[in-house]
Amino acid sequence: MRPALRPVPAVVLAAPGTNRDGDVASALRLAGADPTVLHLADLRDRRAALRRARLVVVAGGFSFADALGSGRLFALELAAAAGDELRRLIDLGRPVLGICNGFQVLVRAGILPGLGIDQAVALGHNRNGRFECRWVSLLPVSDRCVWTAGLTEPVECPVAHGEGRFTADDDTVAKLRANDQIALVYGAGDRPAAGMYPANPNGSEADVAGICDPSGVVLGLMPHPENHVHPTQHPRWRRGRAAGSGVPLLANGIHHAEEA
Amino acid sequence: MNASGAREHVAVLRSLEGDARADRLLADAHALGIEALRAVRCAELVFVRGAALDDVAPLLDDPLLVDVQEERADSIVGGVVVETALHPGVTDSVAAALVRGAGRLGVGPVEAATGRRFELVGDLAVDDVERLATRLLANPVIERCRIGRVDPPWEGATAAACVERISISALADEGLLAVSAERGLALDLAEMRAVRDWFAGQGREPTDVELEMIAQTWSEHCSHKTFRATIAVGGRGAVAPLLRQLRDCTERIAAPWVRSAFDGNAGVIGFDSDWDLALKAETHNHPSAVEPFGGANTGVGGVVRDVLGVSARPIAVTDVLCFGPTDAAPEDVPDGVLHPRLVRAGVIAGVADYGNKLGLPTVAGAIVHDLGYTANPLVFCGCVGLLPAGTRHDGPHPGDRVVVIGGRTGRDGIRGATFSSMAMDASTGEVAGASVQIGDPVVEKGVIEVVVAARERGLYSAITDCGAGGLSSAVGEMGERVGAEVELEQVPRKYAGLAPWEVWLSEAQERMVLAVPPVSLGALRELCRRHEVELADIGAFTGHGRIVVRDGGEVVLDLEGRFLHDGRPPRTLVAVTPSVPAPSHSGRGGVEPAAALLSLLAHPSVRSNADVVRGYDHEILGATVGRPSAGAADDGPADAAVLRPAGLGSSAGAAVGIGVNARYGMFDAYRMAWAVVDEAIRNVVAVGADPARVALLDNFSWGDPGDPQVLGALVTAVEGCVAAAEAHHAPYVSGKDSLHNVYATPAGERRSVPPTLVITALGRLPDVAQLVGSDLLHAGDAVYLVGATHDELRGSHLDLVLGIDGPGDVPAPDEGAPTRYRRLHRAMRDGLVAACHDLSEGGLAVAAAEMAIAGRLGLDLAVSGDPLVALFSESLGRFLVEVRPEHVDAFQAALGGEATAIGTVRAEPRLRAAVAGVTHIDLPLGDLLRAWQGHVAGSGASGHEGET
Repeated sequence: MRPALRPVPAVVLAAPGTNRDGDVASALRLAGADPTVLHLADLRDRRAALRRARLVVVAGGFSFADALGSGRLFALELAAAAGDELRRLIDLGRPVLGICNGFQVLVRAGILPGLGIDQAVALGHNRNGRFECRWVSLLPVSDRCVWTAGLTEPVECPVAHGEGRFTADDDTVAKLRANDQIALVYGAGDRPAAGMYPANPNGSEADVAGICDPSGVVLGLMPHPENHVHPTQHPRWRRGRAAGSGVPLLANGIHHAEEA
Repeated sequence: MNASGAREHVAVLRSLEGDARADRLLADAHALGIEALRAVRCAELVFVRGAALDDVAPLLDDPLLVDVQEERADSIVGGVVVETALHPGVTDSVAAALVRGAGRLGVGPVEAATGRRFELVGDLAVDDVERLATRLLANPVIERCRIGRVDPPWEGATAAACVERISISALADEGLLAVSAERGLALDLAEMRAVRDWFAGQGREPTDVELEMIAQTWSEHCSHKTFRATIAVGGRGAVAPLLRQLRDCTERIAAPWVRSAFDGNAGVIGFDSDWDLALKAETHNHPSAVEPFGGANTGVGGVVRDVLGVSARPIAVTDVLCFGPTDAAPEDVPDGVLHPRLVRAGVIAGVADYGNKLGLPTVAGAIVHDLGYTANPLVFCGCVGLLPAGTRHDGPHPGDRVVVIGGRTGRDGIRGATFSSMAMDASTGEVAGASVQIGDPVVEKGVIEVVVAARERGLYSAITDCGAGGLSSAVGEMGERVGAEVELEQVPRKYAGLAPWEVWLSEAQERMVLAVPPVSLGALRELCRRHEVELADIGAFTGHGRIVVRDGGEVVLDLEGRFLHDGRPPRTLVAVTPSVPAPSHSGRGGVEPAAALLSLLAHPSVRSNADVVRGYDHEILGATVGRPSAGAADDGPADAAVLRPAGLGSSAGAAVGIGVNARYGMFDAYRMAWAVVDEAIRNVVAVGADPARVALLDNFSWGDPGDPQVLGALVTAVEGCVAAAEAHHAPYVSGKDSLHNVYATPAGERRSVPPTLVITALGRLPDVAQLVGSDLLHAGDAVYLVGATHDELRGSHLDLVLGIDGPGDVPAPDEGAPTRYRRLHRAMRDGLVAACHDLSEGGLAVAAAEMAIAGRLGLDLAVSGDPLVALFSESLGRFLVEVRPEHVDAFQAALGGEATAIGTVRAEPRLRAAVAGVTHIDLPLGDLLRAWQGHVAGSGASGHEGET
């Protein structure tokens, strides 16, 4: 993390049922940004705040109680209220992050993976059919993605979802891999989890935990880097496993936002 | 075509993924003995009218995950079709989302409803299908089911019900009791007479609204009449009311950091110079018995609103769950009672669903299994909240508006408070249908944000939650002195056709009542708009001291606040101090300690809950620094959860620990209470909390207080609570009692739950850097037993797994515990303790095994005395402590002779325990782990929700 002279203005988007907006805002502040939580109901009237944002995060939770499939209604409402504004930000190269339900929203909205094919990927029910909260290790594998480029250490942080199984057909996975759009994979030690539970906690195809758009500025991921920004947040911090390893990923995005 | 003329469409949604729900249904059916069922296929049904399915396709299509069909057959080859649909008015968030989404797409207006379809493959008898349908596929309390196709639950046109007047002025005793019984008021004769006489003084007859409000206000659930009663104890004379005993205890302790005790919705204690903490625990036993998911769901929702009701932001949830054996044979489960396996699964899913969606970490709890909970499961939900130090609201003031925010009012939860004050029997599930509340956590999440923002801006003068008794209770309590006038027409409804008394009494969820100065109403509306929370201004606080309710202008209720709250005739109850029953077994011959340890580890009350804990989001808010499962593989049992409630900027921690024991109370309620208080405090001390700053909550779940023996046990339990709390200088700040946890068998026998007390302890760590875990850290470290072991095997978990009631004492109060805890805490603050675990269920052997499992290290122990006593006695006040070699001398000195060196941590993953020189346990860690994860045959540890 490098100190910024003036913190980058960031917007955290929330809908009814979003519940990690506060965690994201705290983590962004700690990583050097100046976040504002913007609620869906205010979006039409406060498009200027979105326009000024140098960085946008769609936070996780259970928007609209996951009714009709996670993220669907939030995506529809977001597109109606400020879809053009969001598109403009992305075109300007300003970093966008969707975490957990926010990832689902970006997929439903067609922003991820951005291959020009409707619903090319999906986030299905976890293979074991249950909501699960546990810590995972993420390997940053994309140089295209502005959030992960240059990261060398695994990001350790929790997952907390029931619908996070990355699903796509082989062609789509191959295309994403060829484009360097697979940004984060679930790892066991320094190697990919190879589909093994619990390192790959939900049965995601190709261990995919996060993908970016073709431009690399939009990242969506299921796990929660915002919940590991301080050493004592790690479950084994007393056993010497502590780093706050969610910070470098967020700081990467903030650093890019300063330049963009 | 249907009555409204709109064409109805159905979308049949089938998952293209593996269907875990179908797998679970199949396993549950086999557990019910329905082996003929070979496969289950599930589908979701979405009914739409007002638009074609193509128009709403963007709301349903999911090509990679879901197959959508536009029709369905009545039957299938080789099996049976069963479909279910929610009753009209039951909260249906999918239908609501579809209506909203259609509006956004510019389609409609549409109506929507949902259902489920189950295709049951197998040669099933009619009887099997009926059992499957009513026990597994649908809960008749909230759903209808049909063999073949179900009709969607469209709202029918319902005529509005009106107010009714009931003539009671001329009624004699018999007639009064008949009115109480017919209307389900649960009022006794003295209370009915007081009602009759008050109305006689007013010169009129009561309305149904008035009778219902009085019944709710005076119910056990709301007025705690047993805890406020004078109790005559045989051979001892009258004892002070139980509630007063607990309050007096807190006053005698006079802890300067208690901000508010036994006043309002939750207790409040000081945390640091900027922040206070609120805490509360509630039971939701009866609702969870008839609808486990919804009951537990709304149990969480309710206790969260309690904490919100003292203007605190909820930050964590706890749950203590008591179930019958999950491997009970179907014929051993009484009529009208859900199988414990289903109750457990439903309750755990209900807690997880609400906490997870609300965005609160569920961090501490316990799961207890005992035969005595088969017909009456217990569900205790707790909540911790954070509020600025010194938060005060002095309203309501005359002129303030009566404002309801949150969910709409429906028929759900009608008479919940009186229902909770009655015994259960075979028909409870049917008659209590309307008492079950359906949760909508996303609405409550919005309510939390509105209340916290409104508090920060000073927009209200008083607040309370709508819990038991609904608006009647909330407005009644707020207006007790000042008075209030309410217009029911202003209350937002889920649907038409509610009678005035139903609107007033409904326990529909996710509602808060605020007293709002008119000048602040606009700002509050703006907050509600932002968070998409509905607000209704339903009346005013007046200054005249009466509660007046109108329906369309007509007065339907006019009661004096004083009569409502002070007019109930006090009760005098009779109790008999129960004697300790003689043990039915004379000894414990031939017990093999190693086998007993494995059985204990595998018992559902002891074994790993890591699978349950992982179903709860315990990470959200980023404040959980001591997790319920911790250690080398994140699965060791922690004694208490530790939070950083004031954020990462403050190093102080809050520890939440639980004490509960289903066994001791059946033998000695006094010792049970002492033991449970000690356990809760011991748990927070074990993780590093300062024993000088522990606050307590008491939650009693008891049987029928009309039974002098049952009441006598309650009296002695309260006395045990008081004695233990005073010994530890740990004040109670709030509590709740749930009585009448009784099942009346068709033969007329009344079975009470085991006397169950849950104590929640909230402790404070000066610095979370000093948090101590239960996981062993380093091979070569010394291990100490802190505290003394006595022959106290009566009611032990050893006897539970042996299936006997053996001799010995129930663990006695340990008067030396408070001093010992202070010494241990000092040693922790001096950095002398590497790991620490409390000894409770299963004694030393289980504690040692758990520390080894948590740290994935071995342990060599050598103790003296009788092997079973040394290894399995559950004497209070004890810890197992790991100490680094360089700290051994300082640690021993700090503990002042109360620590005995009993072993060493080993790298070799093996637990060895010798007693008086003879090795009794020598087991590889892998065996312990497998037992503890539930993979031991013949241990009674079935119900494998665990990982495989």
